Amino acid sequence: MELYFLEARAKVIDVAAFLDRAERAQGQDDFRLAALRQALRELASAGADRAKRVLLALSDPSAEPLPTASGKGACGAWPGTKP
Amino acid sequence: MVMRYIEPHAHMVSRTTDDYTAMATAGCEIVCEPAFWAGFDRHSADGFFDYFRQLTEHEPKRAGKFGLKHYCWLCINPKESEDLTLAREVMGLIPKFLAASNVLGIGEIGLNKNTRNELKALEEQIDLAARHNQLILVHTPHLEDKLKGTKLIVDALRNEARLRPERVIIDHVEEHTIELALNAGFWAGMTLYPESKCTAARAADMIELYGHERLWMNSACDWGVSVPLAVPRAALEMRQRGHSEALIQKVVYENPRAFLSQSPHFAL
Repeated sequence: MELYFLEARAKVIDVAAFLDRAERAQGQDDFRLAALRQALRELASAGADRAKRVLLALSDPSAEPLPTASGKGACGAWPGTKP
Repeated sequence: MVMRYIEPHAHMVSRTTDDYTAMATAGCEIVCEPAFWAGFDRHSADGFFDYFRQLTEHEPKRAGKFGLKHYCWLCINPKESEDLTLAREVMGLIPKFLAASNVLGIGEIGLNKNTRNELKALEEQIDLAARHNQLILVHTPHLEDKLKGTKLIVDALRNEARLRPERVIIDHVEEHTIELALNAGFWAGMTLYPESKCTAARAADMIELYGHERLWMNSACDWGVSVPLAVPRAALEMRQRGHSEALIQKVVYENPRAFLSQSPHFAL
């Protein structure tokens, strides 16, 4: 607790402020926000493997290689994530 | 007492001499540099020929000025593997460089966007490593692509019967991929980045959860957001948690030494 509580507290408040910002913004939800909400459900659940489950919520679950690359970068969430 | 450590993954061609000074001051004795993407695509194999000369001839001399031994890995990286014609031309250059005294093996090969061409280039470089009896260092994809890419990579490695898993390290593991690497008998690398991959605290968590065998930590410092002193900072994190100096030395020095010593070129 002494080592990590304040850091974790600050990060949670940052996430809350980001979601508030997204709520105030114009436009539609996108898959990244949907994936983040799924990740937050994992965060609030019980168990000692939350980090793994959050990462899984933000991962591409498919198995087949893609025919081609549309670019080089990654965006942090799978575009197929449903709200 | 100054801690000794090995930086097993750093892209020093992108770093300044100040970074070499800081690393040497912090106790770094050896730095290992996998071939990677320069942040932009090279147009021809000639660009890679020059890069491989830089890694095998120039950079060891630059590191040596700061008292550091420099080793490297050679390959066509996954971000430039989508063009299979170029990838095969680059692969054709590699065998003549393998005899250079600072070359440890083939790396960092792997996947980026998990495409068919990337996978083909990966399989051909696994074959190259097997034919030349080289160690392998694997790059796993970023963010949402990491899980799928790691599974494809593990399958490709296991399909090559000539490979021994203890001669392969799968790098950039996180909580959802570390078991895929370790359970298959491979080594695993944790990359300490400020914004992606793994923080020092999470790396310490994984050491506590999965043990300290076949595991190392690296900074993978390059031209992007990265920290050349990430490994000694992670050692400090472990110290703050109360881990013993013996365990810290094992993870930051003994483990990389054990893996890298499988290359006949590696010497302390």
